Amino acid sequence: MKKLTRNQIFWPLVALIVLLIYNAFFAKNFFKISVVDGHLYGNLIDILKNFAPLALLSIGMTLVIATGGVDISVGSVVAISGAIACSIIDGRLGIFNHSLVSALVSALLSGLACGLWNGFLVAKVKIQPMVATLILLTAGRGIAQLITKGKIVTINSAPMMKEYYFIGAGYLLGLPFALYIVIAFLFLVLLLVKRTAFGLFLQSLGINSKSSMLSGINVDRIKLVVYTISGFLASIAGILISSNIKGADCNNAGLFIELDAILSVAIGGNSLNGGKFMVQASIVGALFVQCLTTTVYALGVPPEAISLLKAIVIIVLCLFQSDSFRQRVFKGFKRSVKGADAA
Amino acid sequence: MENKEILLTMRKISKTFPGVKALNNVDFTLRKGEIHALLGENGAGKSTLIKVLTGVESMDGGQVTLEGKPIHVKSSQHAQTLGISTVYQEINLCGNLSVAENIFIGREPMAYGMIDWKMINKRAKELLNNLNVDIDVTKTLDSYPVAIQQMVAIARALDISAKVLILDEPTSSLDAAECKELFTVMRKLCNEGMGIIFVTHFLDQVYEVSDRITVLRNGELVGEYEAKSLPKVELIGKMIGKDYEQLQQIESAKKAHMENKESYLTCKNLTTEGNLKNLDLEVNKGEVLGLAGLLGSGRTETVRALFGADKILGGELSVKNTRIRNNKPITAIRKGMGYCSEDRKSEGIVGELTIRENIILALQAKKGMFRFIGKKEQTKISQQYIKLLDIKTPGCEQQIKNLSGGNQQKVLLARWLATNPELLMLDEPTRGIDVGTKAEIQKIVLELAEKGMSIIFISSEMDEMLRCCERMVVLNDKKKLGELSGNEKNEQVIMEMIAGGKSV
Repeated sequence: MKKLTRNQIFWPLVALIVLLIYNAFFAKNFFKISVVDGHLYGNLIDILKNFAPLALLSIGMTLVIATGGVDISVGSVVAISGAIACSIIDGRLGIFNHSLVSALVSALLSGLACGLWNGFLVAKVKIQPMVATLILLTAGRGIAQLITKGKIVTINSAPMMKEYYFIGAGYLLGLPFALYIVIAFLFLVLLLVKRTAFGLFLQSLGINSKSSMLSGINVDRIKLVVYTISGFLASIAGILISSNIKGADCNNAGLFIELDAILSVAIGGNSLNGGKFMVQASIVGALFVQCLTTTVYALGVPPEAISLLKAIVIIVLCLFQSDSFRQRVFKGFKRSVKGADAA
Repeated sequence: MENKEILLTMRKISKTFPGVKALNNVDFTLRKGEIHALLGENGAGKSTLIKVLTGVESMDGGQVTLEGKPIHVKSSQHAQTLGISTVYQEINLCGNLSVAENIFIGREPMAYGMIDWKMINKRAKELLNNLNVDIDVTKTLDSYPVAIQQMVAIARALDISAKVLILDEPTSSLDAAECKELFTVMRKLCNEGMGIIFVTHFLDQVYEVSDRITVLRNGELVGEYEAKSLPKVELIGKMIGKDYEQLQQIESAKKAHMENKESYLTCKNLTTEGNLKNLDLEVNKGEVLGLAGLLGSGRTETVRALFGADKILGGELSVKNTRIRNNKPITAIRKGMGYCSEDRKSEGIVGELTIRENIILALQAKKGMFRFIGKKEQTKISQQYIKLLDIKTPGCEQQIKNLSGGNQQKVLLARWLATNPELLMLDEPTRGIDVGTKAEIQKIVLELAEKGMSIIFISSEMDEMLRCCERMVVLNDKKKLGELSGNEKNEQVIMEMIAGGKSV
């Protein structure tokens, strides 16, 4: 039992299950799944569909945080990537007009470039990660505006609209297509982390970068790679989000999503100081965050109160993840049981 | 001596940690105006006793009195108000604050609701002058060498009107001259009536400065002795029990196999980022080469340059007759080098990783990221070294930070041995390690050299160097003064070389 509760993924899972149980009682039809238009339909499916962008970001964010850094530019990268993809689909960029493949490739390349830029600033120029990625956080939405020439791009009538829409909102074998993307990238990243020494090196440099360097680990290169992965995954998230709303809104696409991504990593029980990490746990964290958002909407909580409610849930969750807090609470509990026995 | 007034007594102190009896009915007595050395191997209970005394840990049983009155220390703050101050081994001050701020942090004198900076700077200056240190107290702490930082830490402890001063390994990062300074200050404080508890691993220093010695072993009191009437050999015997013969074995294990000199590494006219100037050096196969010199003389800078941790700005470095350009740690590792830094905690271990992962790290880096060593293989390798080096741990999945200093050092040795190196550079490999493990590590070094591995050995303890090294390079002020081998090398000659700064 102790071994189980010590496992990093245990508490995020418990939180998720508790939230689901709560919904079973208080949210009407929360678990109802029906078949509409040949695919599954219901709150749970919605959660799986909507959590995809956040899940991708939290994968990248987990790796970045493991180095002891943070990438707060992912929201802006989401905007840039969406802007590029939609502008090409819509044919307003002037090059690669209406080509789906070019749209996707260009969007992904933009994510790679953004990630490389962040990695370069952190690993080579040695700027503190928060400041380094702040640059792109600030500039990114401006860049996106330049691409869309300051307009909100809608692709409702573009020739490849249906295909593009499928990526973020379509269904394959009854389940959201976006979910498959998440699973694929989770698998790839786990492969990199578990089947090569990348995971070991990453943890090692996150805990003690001097020791790692003196053990022959190329600390700078690993940091560069990690920020690049984060940027790349953010560009996929950008494609999913813009596809889902059939358009690119440079001001609001992925706004504050970097905070939710960091939150998912934290809820997953990963230390924000870097070092040991678990990508799967962050995914569960992302699922929890999305589930919480959906729950709050399903309960009809007034929008003004949503962030407050979120904050309370998060505080409780964080407290329960702390060993010393649990010990105190449960010790007190045991003592009172003993006292009752004696009486 | 005997009739000095008793300042502090600890009687029948016991403390149990889960599974370990850390202290068992330990007595300790400190008199006014004496320097009392508290000795024992790692895990003997020295630090636990100190922690109980300073309120960091609560004791399970026993009694403490200060100036005749029973006291019950609740926290380290409480200990300070009672007049018990501690300077810890790792200086826990803030490098980016000024010296004066460091001394008064948390208890700044106020004037009109604001911090009284004039007062702070003036008092800080006075306090340091009192310790024979005359520096600009408004400069940041990290602009001064470690020795001065140590004095600042002591000044901070003293300002809390201390009656008892505890110095936990204060000399481990000081060189000989700086130690002398510290001892002068310690004597001065004693003459003013303070009692000093001095925890250290350097036995010579114990004899240099202490009046009395208390020895602990395995959480129990071995005895209290007058320093004058306890010979060093007997002291070591009391600290480590019967394992004393080990130390002598080393002497005989050393072999003079100087015949087949084959060069492994040469550097000519090396100038580096670490301010090393025009260094010529040759390392032969299968020899133990010692780098002697004071702290900051260029010992560490030399090995860092060879290992690629410091950039080479001029001169030539060749390994096995091929010149190395653009040296980086990974290049050096692939050429067959390994380097154990003197700073085990911040440049050696990766604390939260397991022993297995710590051992495998350099080998994995040498092989490259994509030639992953499977977990089974990793476990096999680490268990092999745990056995070979006799690392004391329940298993290879323990986090390395839970091990004692000596065992951590062995894990780091294992990390490099696993890469099968041709040249191993050990910078202070026995610092802060108990006598028993020290002897083991020295023995390992000699055995490795016998098997043909070249070793560069750095230590601040001269007799350790003389015991292990066949040849010694003496450095001072980042320059090479000369080389000594065979019978030429003895402590006297080396000291004179350094003191005179002359080349041979």
